[in-house]
Amino acid sequence: MGDSVAGIYLPRRAAKLARPLVAWRVPAGFPSPAQDEIEGRIDLNRDLIKHPLATFYVRVEGDSMEPRIHAGALLVVDRMAETKDGDVVIARVGSEFMVKRLCIEADGSVWLLSENPAYAPVQVTEGLGFEVWGKVMYSIHRH
Amino acid sequence: MAQAIAIVNANEFYVSCERVFDPGLLGRPVVVLSNNDGCIISRSREARALNLTMGAPLFKVQDIVEANDVAVFSSNYQLYGDLSLRLVEAFYEFTPDVEVYSIDEAFLGLETHPDQSFRDYGLEIKAKVYQWTGVPCSLGISQTKTLSKVAQRFTKKHAAAQGVLDLTDQADQTSVLEETPVEDVWGVGPAYGKLLAGAGITTARQLRDADRRWVRRRMIVVGARIVEELRGISCLPLERCPQARKSVTCSRSFGVLVEFIEELREAVAVYTTKAAERRRRARLAAGVVRIFVSTNRFSADPQYSNSVTFELAYATDSTEELLAWTRKALERIYRPGYRYKKAGVMLNHLTPADELTTRLFGDERFERSRRLMKAVDEINRKFGRDTVRFDAVRPGGRWETKCLRRSRRYTTCLNEVLRIA
Repeated sequence: MGDSVAGIYLPRRAAKLARPLVAWRVPAGFPSPAQDEIEGRIDLNRDLIKHPLATFYVRVEGDSMEPRIHAGALLVVDRMAETKDGDVVIARVGSEFMVKRLCIEADGSVWLLSENPAYAPVQVTEGLGFEVWGKVMYSIHRH
Repeated sequence: MAQAIAIVNANEFYVSCERVFDPGLLGRPVVVLSNNDGCIISRSREARALNLTMGAPLFKVQDIVEANDVAVFSSNYQLYGDLSLRLVEAFYEFTPDVEVYSIDEAFLGLETHPDQSFRDYGLEIKAKVYQWTGVPCSLGISQTKTLSKVAQRFTKKHAAAQGVLDLTDQADQTSVLEETPVEDVWGVGPAYGKLLAGAGITTARQLRDADRRWVRRRMIVVGARIVEELRGISCLPLERCPQARKSVTCSRSFGVLVEFIEELREAVAVYTTKAAERRRRARLAAGVVRIFVSTNRFSADPQYSNSVTFELAYATDSTEELLAWTRKALERIYRPGYRYKKAGVMLNHLTPADELTTRLFGDERFERSRRLMKAVDEINRKFGRDTVRFDAVRPGGRWETKCLRRSRRYTTCLNEVLRIA
């Protein structure tokens, strides 16, 4: 029974990639005028990820969202964020996942759109097994 | 404002975890295997319908698996552990009163507004937890832990409940308890079930209404408590702070028999490393190290098993130090000429690592060792287990868990995240 839970990973929010917001040289004898202004460093984990418990990462493999999302990009996906017309989402359609732009028409019909014109829009109809898996908050692309 | 206790249970938890990242598994029979890919430990509804039983060894049900295209997974504890933590974090969004009961169950202390029923609140929790984590849950809600367990169990048998049963009403309790076999009540079990059946008590309702003195005499204080809880009087409060565990064991049966000390040494090193890692994560240091080895007692081979315990002068959480101890311990109990089936490492007398006493000698070396451990843990967390390891531990050894069918570690390893076209 000993090893039944081999790995429990706490979300690590304290990434050490940080820069001071305000950096000052302190003139000897005088208190720094900036001292009261320092508010802690930028921490992308803290500032970009609003809901760590519901945030997942996804790697994009295709080019259907070019030029908005490049193949190979790492997506930050939030399952807690509300989704609305125009959002980029991870959608489940039947047994498949896709990255698409959500389009909700005035008449209530729902479409999944690709940015790349080579891919046709998909209309969401009943019985398709459609579900918004999560909202794409950011895409990280290495240059 | 009304108060109640809820039990939240993640349905078919391990299977559900797999399904979050693989929609092709929805509606398909799915099973998850124990360590070493031995037995079935989690089944989807579709797999249960095929009579794939809990604990069945895979090789015995291979025919059913192949004929029905059952999806089979090795257990992926990195994934299950992380999703379990996410569930707990999700529960804290609703209440500060959370008792984590197991990897897939927690008790919640709930409060509702006057215009909100417990059922509506339960349905809201269920829907939101699913939306946030992808894991479906069911809830039982009542005045006591025991009654909420009864309620949760009831939802599994009655689809109309939609996974949520509010069992705070006394009349409802009576009818649900009447439908519940007494041995299914939390804490009763088969042994007491038999005893109770002998006295004509077969339903939970009969136990609730049984004579208290009789129950106390035959089932001592445990039984008396169950009866009180069934009557709606809470005797088991929520335990919010989990107590520090007093020991940790890491042991496993080998996939193949092992004869030579070099091989055993590696196995013991792997287990020591894992146990030490877990202790550091919990910020606990061990004061006592115990190791054991044994042959396969079900075979006709010559039999041998032994263990040895070392009490350490100073408690430690350093893999480096613990490896030195377990290596020494193994040398003391190893006997050549046997074919070993199992080895294990147990760390005992765990104390919070922050309270380690200062050492008389070698303090500086120990500090260096701890800093090293910290760096190793960080790297392994970031790049996956065993990216950095001690020389004694070679990767892919046969004492590592067999996990040929493990899915990706979607949430704990950057190069294994979900891929979408």
